[in-house]
Amino acid sequence: MIGKPSPTAPFVRKHMLPAEVPPARASGAPKWLRENLFSSWANTALTLFGLFILYLLVSHFAPWFLHGVWQADSLAQCRQIIAERWGEGASGACWAVIRARWTQFLFGFYPSQLYWRPVLAFVLMFVAIAPVLFTQLPRKMLWFTLAYPLVAIWLLWGGSIWPVAMIAVGFALGALAYRLLALRSSLLASLAAIAVPLLFWSFLTGPIDSVLTSVVPLAIQPVPSREFGGFLLAIVLGLGGIAMSLPLGIVLALGRQSDMFLIKTFSVMFIEFIRGVPLIALLFVASLLLNYFLPPGTNFDIILRVMILVTLFSAAYIAEVIRGGLAALPRGQYEAADALGLDYWKAQRLIILPQALKISIPGIVSTFIGMFKDTTLVTFVGLFEPLKSIPDTIRADFAWKGVYWEPFVFVGAIFFLFNFGMSRYSMYLERKLKRDYR
Amino acid sequence: MTQAQAQKLQVSDEVAIQIEKMNKWYGQFHVLRDIDLTVHRGERIVIAGPSGSGKSTMIRCINRLEEHQSGKIIVDGTELTSDLKNIDKVRSEVGMVFQHFNLFPHLTILENCTLAPIWVRKVPKKEAEETAMYFLEKVKIPEQADKYPGQLSGGQQQRVAIARSLCMRPRIMLFDEPTSALDPEMIKEVLDTMIQLAEEGMTMLCVTHEMGFAQAVANRVIFMADGQIIEQNNPHDFFHNPQSERTKQFLSQILGH
Repeated sequence: MIGKPSPTAPFVRKHMLPAEVPPARASGAPKWLRENLFSSWANTALTLFGLFILYLLVSHFAPWFLHGVWQADSLAQCRQIIAERWGEGASGACWAVIRARWTQFLFGFYPSQLYWRPVLAFVLMFVAIAPVLFTQLPRKMLWFTLAYPLVAIWLLWGGSIWPVAMIAVGFALGALAYRLLALRSSLLASLAAIAVPLLFWSFLTGPIDSVLTSVVPLAIQPVPSREFGGFLLAIVLGLGGIAMSLPLGIVLALGRQSDMFLIKTFSVMFIEFIRGVPLIALLFVASLLLNYFLPPGTNFDIILRVMILVTLFSAAYIAEVIRGGLAALPRGQYEAADALGLDYWKAQRLIILPQALKISIPGIVSTFIGMFKDTTLVTFVGLFEPLKSIPDTIRADFAWKGVYWEPFVFVGAIFFLFNFGMSRYSMYLERKLKRDYR
Repeated sequence: MTQAQAQKLQVSDEVAIQIEKMNKWYGQFHVLRDIDLTVHRGERIVIAGPSGSGKSTMIRCINRLEEHQSGKIIVDGTELTSDLKNIDKVRSEVGMVFQHFNLFPHLTILENCTLAPIWVRKVPKKEAEETAMYFLEKVKIPEQADKYPGQLSGGQQQRVAIARSLCMRPRIMLFDEPTSALDPEMIKEVLDTMIQLAEEGMTMLCVTHEMGFAQAVANRVIFMADGQIIEQNNPHDFFHNPQSERTKQFLSQILGH
């Protein structure tokens, strides 16, 4: 000790203090109210103001919802019923339009006797995405997930089963080529995995297809893309876009971080170009310009074209979100992976991406939600999305001319259900993957 | 382990690492200058020096976490060039332990230890798990195998990191300030693990400020400053009879109190 001895006596603890439970706190509603709503004068004023706003909103909108009419044949009849029941000048929703035309909101102009096909595809969609979303489910279900896109394509568009089957055969041949060559050289195998299916589709599919069709004509009634509409269209575009933009976004994010100049430059240019251009401009490119570039006579399906552009659009955003996740990882993770001898792809797949994607979950899901809602923009290229095109066609019917808010509320509510579901799932996933116990 | 025992440990004539006239620059900054170093199999080398002297950079060059710009590095007969095959070969022979452990936080302790054997060495999962448990027992934390790194203390994490490296059955181990990020109470458990490893004849290069460890285990101490090897000697002579002024100054700083 330095200088004077300390004034306090030396002390040695004899008994260690045991840990105790925290003191019981006053609890219950009054305490909660006092702490959260009325803790100060300013807070009390804000609470009262908030209640006033809430009152205004509810008093304004509640009658409109409560006076809603479900049974009517036209808007005029709706208004008549509301006036009779609630007095002249009372406001009320005419839900009858939803009741009369809900199939159009869901299916567009899909032939009504074939509604079971999109419904079946929709149900199977949940079976297909369940094992992706919940890892507790048996991994064998993923085989169905792989097959699902083709099943859905066949169910929705119909026609002969053989062209769809040929797509599957092409992929299978590619996988087989990869398996056979993977032991010799991974580069050669990757090239073969791309080249074999492409060659198969461009040269062999046509003849095999026509032979099989003549021998076993297995076909269901075809439905052209222009008859698709409503939520059927929104979900096809949304799900297709989500499923394709995540892998593409990952590749672009890795490309942007690459040491290879060309790959890096291409990724940066692609991302910056797509992010710099409005989605509607890209949709016009999909609907008009692509046809100029394609060889004359090719009929490239409009839904497919739009889906590709929507995918590219959201992939650019996903790439930037994932880049944020990659940047958040400490350098030590890359170094540890290198030091253990993992090559680039293994390190990315096993160490880097699982962590980077986990960090990026909120951003990725936001991008997906945004993209799903943006599918309503396809109204500008003449597709019958549920928010504007379908209500417009319904209003073209004299009986429902003038119906305005009800379709918005209905369509908005369904969009909300999907998006809220995605949002809750992302929170569940974040909790499940939480490994930070400190 | 006493010093006498340490010196009894076998050092063979076989060369494990050969570094010749190695130079490295960060941009314009000449961080490593004409490094010449020969490490024999079974040697336990401690590398000391002030911060910024290039000691970490030097051992990171040995498994190519850093690229050298001139000179030669030959590890176990394989020269490190930009040839990826050679780099992978060297990395699978050389284990590395980092200052900040760098465990993979999304994997359990067991998965941390089995990942590289399964994916790099193609060891069957069951066998890899047995090996992992063997080494986890060796570092005295088999009971933590199913936990995640975030649930362990720093000392435990560093011991797992050592076990993870050992699971690849390396012939050379590099330690980059393995105890610098640890509380004093945990330093000992990590050093004990390292001493045990040394007793088994592992070739070790260790950047550390633990001079007690150097005196007890090392058969050679290398002192670096300004990107150069200033002095190297056996621990006894290094600590009791340093030759260069720079070494004396450094030792007086760290041993002075």
